[in-house]
Amino acid sequence: MSEPVLEIRNLNVGYGLGDQAVRAVRDVNLTLHRGEVLGLAGESGSGKSTLAYGLTRLLPPPGVITGGQVIYHPADGPAYDVLGLSDRELREFRWNETAIVFQGAMNSLNPVHKISTQLTDVLRAHEPTMSEHSRNARAREMLKLVGIAADRMDAYPHQLSGGMRQRVMIGMALILQPQVVIMDEPTTALDVVMQRQILRQLIELRERLGFSVIFITHDLSLLVEFSNKIAIMYGGRIVEEAPASAIYRDSLHPYSAGLLGSFPALRGPRRELTGIPGSPPDLKGMPTGCSFHPRCPKAFDPCASNIPVLGRPDTPDGSTRSVACWLHPTAQPVGL
Amino acid sequence: MTIPTSSIEQVIPGQGSMAQPATAKKARRQRFRFVSNKKAAVGLIILGVYLLIAVIGPWVAPYDPGARGNQLVQPPSADHWMGTTHLGQDVFSQLLVGTRSVIFVGFFAGIVATILSVLIGVTAGYVGGKTDEGLSALSNVFLVIPALPLIIIITSTLESAEDWLIALVIGLTSWSWNARVLRAQTLSLRRRDFVEAARATGERTWRVIVFELLPNLTAVIASGFVGTVIFAVLSEITLAFIGVTSATTWNWGTILFWAQGQQALAQNAWWWFVPAGLAIALLGTALSLINFGIDEFVSPRLRSMGKTKLKTASGKTVRMRIGFTPVLSNSPEPLTHASVTPVMKEVAP
Amino acid sequence: MKYFLQRLAFYLFTAWAAITLNFFIPRMIPGDPVQALITKYQGQLSSQAIDSLYVLFGLDKDANIWQEYVDYWGQLLRGDLGLSFTFFPTPVSEILASSLPWTLLLVGITTVISFFLGTSLGILAGWRRGSWADGLLPVTTFLSSVPYFWLGIIAIYLLTGPDSFFPSSGGFDSGLVPAWDQYFIPSAIQHSLLPALTILISSVSGWILSMRNMMVTVASEDYITVAHAKGLTDRRVAMSYAARNALLPNVSGFALSLGFIVGGTLLVEIVFSYPGVGFQLFQALGASDYPLMQGVFLIITISVLVANLLADIAYLLLDPRTRKEG
Repeated sequence: MSEPVLEIRNLNVGYGLGDQAVRAVRDVNLTLHRGEVLGLAGESGSGKSTLAYGLTRLLPPPGVITGGQVIYHPADGPAYDVLGLSDRELREFRWNETAIVFQGAMNSLNPVHKISTQLTDVLRAHEPTMSEHSRNARAREMLKLVGIAADRMDAYPHQLSGGMRQRVMIGMALILQPQVVIMDEPTTALDVVMQRQILRQLIELRERLGFSVIFITHDLSLLVEFSNKIAIMYGGRIVEEAPASAIYRDSLHPYSAGLLGSFPALRGPRRELTGIPGSPPDLKGMPTGCSFHPRCPKAFDPCASNIPVLGRPDTPDGSTRSVACWLHPTAQPVGL
Repeated sequence: MTIPTSSIEQVIPGQGSMAQPATAKKARRQRFRFVSNKKAAVGLIILGVYLLIAVIGPWVAPYDPGARGNQLVQPPSADHWMGTTHLGQDVFSQLLVGTRSVIFVGFFAGIVATILSVLIGVTAGYVGGKTDEGLSALSNVFLVIPALPLIIIITSTLESAEDWLIALVIGLTSWSWNARVLRAQTLSLRRRDFVEAARATGERTWRVIVFELLPNLTAVIASGFVGTVIFAVLSEITLAFIGVTSATTWNWGTILFWAQGQQALAQNAWWWFVPAGLAIALLGTALSLINFGIDEFVSPRLRSMGKTKLKTASGKTVRMRIGFTPVLSNSPEPLTHASVTPVMKEVAP
Repeated sequence: MKYFLQRLAFYLFTAWAAITLNFFIPRMIPGDPVQALITKYQGQLSSQAIDSLYVLFGLDKDANIWQEYVDYWGQLLRGDLGLSFTFFPTPVSEILASSLPWTLLLVGITTVISFFLGTSLGILAGWRRGSWADGLLPVTTFLSSVPYFWLGIIAIYLLTGPDSFFPSSGGFDSGLVPAWDQYFIPSAIQHSLLPALTILISSVSGWILSMRNMMVTVASEDYITVAHAKGLTDRRVAMSYAARNALLPNVSGFALSLGFIVGGTLLVEIVFSYPGVGFQLFQALGASDYPLMQGVFLIITISVLVANLLADIAYLLLDPRTRKEG
């Protein structure tokens, strides 16, 4: 893989303070490389969205980043910590370097402004010297890029279909040519055909424009199809990280296996859907040891008392993947 | 006279507790949580004091509110805690005795308006179609016709203006806002699974309304009731103040009527008109507080966020706000209490 | 356009309903309504007034109620609202014509200012949640519970007097004749300041509270997070995204609350003896001038309906979703 563009180091994100504090993301280490599609999967409440919002500091109150670093490597110039930026610097950083496509395609657009206004106000904020004419031209260009006729510029969000709205959001995300695009369940509200159509288009655009993607979804089958690398989250931690094909072929963590078993695969041999017994852990009362052990079919002695470390397993492809599970005890810690 | 502060839109989205069907056990817990809301608790306590005065006021009042005395227009003293009127009447006693009429009219009108609004609003929302169109048009008509002038017109044609009649007129003219809110809420509830399920299993309409809808409308109905009580109290006092109702049955408006008519201002007799006004304002505040409690209960987004200022690791103070999540520490070191200690690896088999 | 026509039809319907109510209310009194009114006012009615009442209620001729109703409409359409007995034999329409401008200017301007001021403060309180602006809330709660007229009394008590700049009553100096000149206008403005302030203080709180709550509700919408993620300035996110959307329910709330507000403001006119329709209503009540009361009710209702229509047009311009079907 090429050089890193975004490095998350020991990120800790929580909600609330004091006694009621809840730790939603725990000691997460993750590296996104240039041009890579990194998939982030897990059930709801696993902390995957909190991680995405946390690293961009967009988590609403009472969200708090309690520690860690998010090192960003710009295309030129030295790397810096996003969490250390001032409000003004952060505003400049946003959308210029990382853009986000949000979960709710329906509610991501401001209902009272035209599409054109919402596309151009980004340019107005980030490139104040740009003329109005070239702003509009750029906005039209972006719409064309995502396959929307330029005459929809003057449309209001309610006049567009769900799929079109999500395309507009993708076009908007790419308007400043960011290096990183974070997609939080970007296609959940759409039908399956539309989902794949949009994702395929996005991958195509990525090849053309060369940005990296963090793709968050609970739908592991989508990730297997569209991403290079997959990180699985459970209870606020990353429990396994590996190339997409490796996760699909032989996942090491029982939770990954469970997740894979609960979705039908689009390609490959048919297999039985199983699902994972039990429900995701309550963030307020996390089980001791490995947080997955109460639901884990393979749990044994150490699981209930000790937290497994994310480390490189001693498998043949061990150098490209990591897992946090007592079934793979010889793992060498990764991260720092 | 007051602008209803809970706008319809806030109640509609069915956020939070309204979104789930209420079971008996859950309802009890929610009710407890409602009382534990600080605003609502303060409001309920103040309202309780007013209710107490409404009951015992006439007995504990030191004087007959209409009895004349020799001390004319005297400032507060040990004999007359709130001074006297132009006829030497005791203002404090008038205030105490007048509370009963105010509370009676407020609650009676509130009950009348609430019954009407539930009947009209829930029917319109549940039945839909032409019935809904007709009932909605009716409530909109009543909503835009200025209520107070209409009440004045009606009461001025009445031969006798007794409290219950005034309350009835107020109740009959002020149900429309609540009916509108209830209709919107019913519409959104009707589409929920548990109501659909009840309908699909052939449950009778009235049973669905009484057992499935009404328990989930409790907060909205309560909020509407409280709002109408505020409006009714202000209307009654206004009617008395402008002399539409009898000037010899005591309520706070009557006190103000005499104070205004007998030039209390010109005589600098502040004690004559200040207490009644404060009594109204305090009652209104208490009722508004109860409604804020209900609003926050229905729409959790409105709840106050508690502590919003944080100390970062470097000792700076930051404020929680939307769009800029506070960063308490951005050291690359793992959190000490959270980090995985190497000891664990030795336990591994 | 379709939306607009629907609203227009609704207001015409409401006007019809209000006029019909106005026709039927006195006729719902069992027996002879004039006799009932005479009893009610215990012989305070002059014989002229009684004659005027018989004419108003159409009891002077022997017609059935539908004929009366048609006649009533005929009178209305000719602008004939009967004769006032307080100012006998001045037609009610003439009295209203001279007092309505006072009310429209005082209540109209003040209500609009109050709406804009309260909305702006509400934006601030809702956006800067958890800051000093939250301190506004208890004060506004208390103020919105105070009856308008009582606040007027307190204002007169505290702020007027022999040496005060503020006059305590009337709409202009008694020595002046209403005209658009350099003497009359400043005097009229001076007289309207205190009533306006009273209305402003008691009505602004409601707008602050409702706008603040809408801001808080809107602030957790996805498009606000998107706006922040886009790196827009705080000001642009607050105004163009949050406030712009929060304003919509507040504008429709404005239309719906007008009826409530106008009722309260009329009372302020009474306290300040301000020569508007509210004060006329008060005088009519005192003199049992039933035709004048009815006239005041009609004119207030129609003004509120027109104001509602204006608020609807504003809403139409603000929310693109309502003008979808052109």
